[in-house]
Amino acid sequence: MSEQRFNIDVENINAEFCGSSTGYADERVLVSLERAQGFGKLKNLPKRLPVGCRRGGCGICRARILEGNYKRDPMSREYVTLEDEKEGLVLLCAIYPLSDLKVRLEPKCVKNVEANSQSLEI
Amino acid sequence: MALTGVLRPGFIQLRVLDMAASVEYYTKRIGFHVVTKGEDGRVYLKAADEFDHHSLVLRQADTAGLDLYAFKVRKDEDLDSFKKRIEDYGIEVDDVRAGEQPGIGRRISFVIESGHRIELYAQAEMSEPKPLIHNPDVWSVEPHGMRARRMDHALLYGPNIEKVLNFFVKVLDFECAERVDMPDGLLAIWLTAGMKAHDIAFVNHPEPGKFHHVAFELEDWKDVGNAADIITRYNISIDIGPTRHGITRGQTIYFFDPSGNRCEVFAGGYTYYPDHPTRTWDEKEIGRGIFYYERQLNDAFLSVVT
Ligand code: FES
Ligand SMILES: [Fe+2]
Repeated sequence: MSEQRFNIDVENINAEFCGSSTGYADERVLVSLERAQGFGKLKNLPKRLPVGCRRGGCGICRARILEGNYKRDPMSREYVTLEDEKEGLVLLCAIYPLSDLKVRLEPKCVKNVEANSQSLEI
Repeated sequence: MALTGVLRPGFIQLRVLDMAASVEYYTKRIGFHVVTKGEDGRVYLKAADEFDHHSLVLRQADTAGLDLYAFKVRKDEDLDSFKKRIEDYGIEVDDVRAGEQPGIGRRISFVIESGHRIELYAQAEMSEPKPLIHNPDVWSVEPHGMRARRMDHALLYGPNIEKVLNFFVKVLDFECAERVDMPDGLLAIWLTAGMKAHDIAFVNHPEPGKFHHVAFELEDWKDVGNAADIITRYNISIDIGPTRHGITRGQTIYFFDPSGNRCEVFAGGYTYYPDHPTRTWDEKEIGRGIFYYERQLNDAFLSVVT
């Protein structure tokens, strides 16, 4: 197991700081955020951390990388187009940190955020 | 023989982001076998307990999700009569030539009002491995991985579920075994062509053509426990379970394939006869209906699809 550890800062859609997680080079960023949430370290999320398939298919964990380097697995083009990719958008479950990271949760369609958060609160 | 027309689910074609990882997952973990690879790169798989050529088709793509879901009908002539009934209903029908998928005869193909492509076919060659036929042992090759016995059913998400229900019942002669009605309308339906509690299910959802899960049948609750051990041992992404559905009574785990397509292992479920009433659920008890032990939906049930 890799001992390479990184700090991952996360912001919500309104660019408010939510907290930090400890990331590992061999671990999906989303999984490190789930652990941080479990330890009560993520605040200011309008709802719970969006976690779905953890394999780059469902798009629910879409986010913008504000700072830092990462390595990527394949992820669905339905949620991260080539243009999105150039802008630094990713699916957090399909990237691994190569440095400290700063990320901002950014669902595909901001208009859908409300609808989404309703279904997430069931 | 009382079972006529549509017999049962035949095969599902899924899009995957990484073919090598997907083949390893469906063979070593789910317990399927690769039958053959097509020239276009599609990979055809089956359970050793299924006679027909394949029940799962994987296609490399840059998105995950469902390409099509196909049912087997009893006779070749059924394809002509269903084609006419579907066209009379107002849905366009495409013909797919025999051999477009190896081992499968001609198909008719159409897109229903939820945005999903559904197909019917009558003929399939058998392929190895398959169950023994004369003096049969309980299995021909030793079950491995999660020991899946067959591709069992799928749950699809899309709009116009009222219309989908009407189409499956009136045009394809399915029965509705269970349904969920919310104060603002029909939320979900479980449909059967035979005597299983369901062969296909739909949940009302604004985006058309979405895929919730494909289910693989296991022998019993003990095999569901074995599947849970495999999910943790091989770090397979878990959604929920082991648990049970109130709807269908199936014992279950939801988890994800390497491309984020949700899979289910499913054991049990009641026997449905066409004279049985449709079982109904309402908003208050829907939690128990979907996840009988948790008694509430999890975050992902209504929002995570491919
Ligand atoms: S959780 Fe599904 S794409 Fe990340
Ligand atoms: Fe299911």
